[in-house]
Amino acid sequence: MTFRKYLVLAGITAFSTAGDSLLARGMKELGGVSLHNYSDLLLPVLNPFVAAGILLLLAFFSCYLAALSWADLTYVLPATSLGYVLVALIAHFSFHEEISSTRWLGIALIAAGVSFVAAGPSVTPDRSHRKSRGLAPDTASQEVKS
Amino acid sequence: MKDLSAWAAIGLIVLASTTGDVLLSYSMKRVGDVSELWKRRGILALIAHILTTPTFLLGLMAMGVAFYSLLFGLSWGNLSLVVPASSSLTFVANAIAARIFLHERVGRRRWIAALLVAGGVVLMAV
Repeated sequence: MTFRKYLVLAGITAFSTAGDSLLARGMKELGGVSLHNYSDLLLPVLNPFVAAGILLLLAFFSCYLAALSWADLTYVLPATSLGYVLVALIAHFSFHEEISSTRWLGIALIAAGVSFVAAGPSVTPDRSHRKSRGLAPDTASQEVKS
Repeated sequence: MKDLSAWAAIGLIVLASTTGDVLLSYSMKRVGDVSELWKRRGILALIAHILTTPTFLLGLMAMGVAFYSLLFGLSWGNLSLVVPASSSLTFVANAIAARIFLHERVGRRRWIAALLVAGGVVLMAV
């Protein structure tokens, strides 16, 4: 259970970081997109970097939904924000976007906040009554099956 | 002007993805632990079950709005501003929304984390 938990959280971080970075690379290639031109809304999808980015974000989304099925939103979301630190590092080292010292401090605060939540419990006790309500249709269908 | 567009996109991303996150979390809690369901009823039944949950589809639509806002935001602003700023502000908005709508117990540990991340976002925007 614990191994699977960290595997899913690692998947969330890795897939969202790689996906966002590919999207950014694709959108930078396309240049400024204008809201006045409706074809611009679909055009980005044809760019290979944007397309690959979308595929990776779909993988991220699957991991995200899996995590949400057994953990609190306020637990999963901060754990995912570890990806922003990675995004900033990739933006700095691959795209040579400049990162000031105050921005580095911001990255450090975000990382600190994330580790603070990730170390705590993934589900708050308050969830128990909602869990039984949520699982009710499944136990019902299982009884029908057997 | 470019900065203003980037921040407008960030605001839209936060609003749409908070709505989406709350709806998705609510739906997945109702669906239940996915690995249990996968083992018991197979992956196709699991996917069908998730895709026929109305609140899930609403959440997906909200996420679609957030996704297109992100695409435009990325073409107007820097990756290292738009992605961390919108996502971290979403985190704070979600802590409030999860407490109100999902009745999650947001304890001291999670509020301190919310403040740390919010502080980090302010510093990144300077």
